[in-house]
Amino acid sequence: MNTIFELFQYSFFLKAILAAIFASISCGIIGGYIVSRRIVFISGGITHASFGGIGLAFFLGFNPLLGAALFAIFSALGIQFFTKVAEIREDSSIAIWWSMGMAMGIIFVFLTPGYTPNLMSYLFGNILTVTSLELWWMAVLNVVIIAFFALFFNKILYIAFDEEFARAAGLPVALFNYVTMILIALTVVLNIRVVGIILILSLLTIPQATANLYTNDFKKLLIYSTLFALFGTLSGLFISYFLDIPSGAAIIFTLVITFGLLRLFKYFFK
Amino acid sequence: MEPLIKIENITVGYNKIPVLNNVNLDIFENDFIGVIGPNGGGKTTLLKAILGLLKPFKGTIKFRKDINGSKKQIGYLPQVKHIDRKFPITVFDVVRSGSIMQNQFKGKAQLKLKIEELLEDMGISNIRNKAIGELSGGQMQRVFLCRAILSNPKVLILDEPDTFVDNRFEGELYEKLQLLNNEMAIILVSHDMGTISSYVKTIACVNGGLHYHPSSNISQEQLDGYNCPIQVITHGEIPHTVLKHHH
Repeated sequence: MNTIFELFQYSFFLKAILAAIFASISCGIIGGYIVSRRIVFISGGITHASFGGIGLAFFLGFNPLLGAALFAIFSALGIQFFTKVAEIREDSSIAIWWSMGMAMGIIFVFLTPGYTPNLMSYLFGNILTVTSLELWWMAVLNVVIIAFFALFFNKILYIAFDEEFARAAGLPVALFNYVTMILIALTVVLNIRVVGIILILSLLTIPQATANLYTNDFKKLLIYSTLFALFGTLSGLFISYFLDIPSGAAIIFTLVITFGLLRLFKYFFK
Repeated sequence: MEPLIKIENITVGYNKIPVLNNVNLDIFENDFIGVIGPNGGGKTTLLKAILGLLKPFKGTIKFRKDINGSKKQIGYLPQVKHIDRKFPITVFDVVRSGSIMQNQFKGKAQLKLKIEELLEDMGISNIRNKAIGELSGGQMQRVFLCRAILSNPKVLILDEPDTFVDNRFEGELYEKLQLLNNEMAIILVSHDMGTISSYVKTIACVNGGLHYHPSSNISQEQLDGYNCPIQVITHGEIPHTVLKHHH
């Protein structure tokens, strides 16, 4: 057991634990919202489109997460625009943004002279290399998300459940939808470093599926999702360290196994 | 008497294609209007225009001052087939969402009390903590009726509240609506002309346009003049239904 306590002497490990906590809160809440509203696929589109921004940042030499954030927000609005204004079917416009972002990312990375060593950590995440600056950004995002959901919880719930009723009642539905879309985009981007572009959908859906086994109440779903995400990220982190396997994959694997076991348990014992 | 809602010559539809043309309708206090017509005739389109969910291409919908604050005093029960039954929300929260219509509740306690009262009144307080996905059709409609009337609206709009419900509940529902009609005007869309004709006061037949019948009895001659392809129901000693002639 000594080795576990020794780990906490390393600042990279403490940062990883903080990152796991921040990722669990933001993904727990935002993921609960995404799953309830059935907009998982949109979130997938935004996530993958953000790779274009990472490529652009490598090419022009600025912070990759800034590039990802720009592309994520741009694609979130772009999907809405394609669907509502250009009248393209929603699933098709998601797929267009999804693949276009990935394609742009690959082109930019290819055009960038020299070797881009960090690329893998953006695609698959590496929680052990999260920087202090990134942690600060994650902390700020967590505060914003918690404040937004705490202040407007009922309105968010009513709009998510029955948008038409909320609009008829005079709630500013479009404004709420844009704000939540931007929060989704930022959640995706800031958690890329933890589990990576390709794996982040899992942090937004698996803890929620697990929580959904135990509750059908929106507020409880958000809280339980956060707790299951916390369990998955922290145990995944330790597993990845001791087995020396990639952290992102270890976290996802823990989440899936947890869901699978609890689902089976419910099937056999309830 | 000034109407609660005055619809003047509106043309409204989707994607620039009109569904309803040049519709006029005045809705007064204590009206109970049954809206009937064929599928695709524009019944729901009319409701959405009144609710402000669809903007008319032309014409105006005017609301009497007292129901047109920042939050309109219109209760709405949508078609339940549009509701996501897997959404993680409890019956209590669904009903509570009716409170966004207006801020008339002084604090959470008063709101909670009013919800409990409504659930009790509708006979569904035993399911208040259930998820909506676990409810039967009749229970769903009751829950959504509770939500629609929670804020004591001046106008209640119902879009096919009789779908997915059994006959017994249908009777209860219409009797409940007749009681509510003492306090609010009701606009009811239904595909079941047979049942509603004995409850509503007037009928609006919607089929591309709107034809208003100032009584709930419509004769075949009246309908023929309006090209209103529906079945005709009349009151009498023995309830009977007269179908339109085949041509």
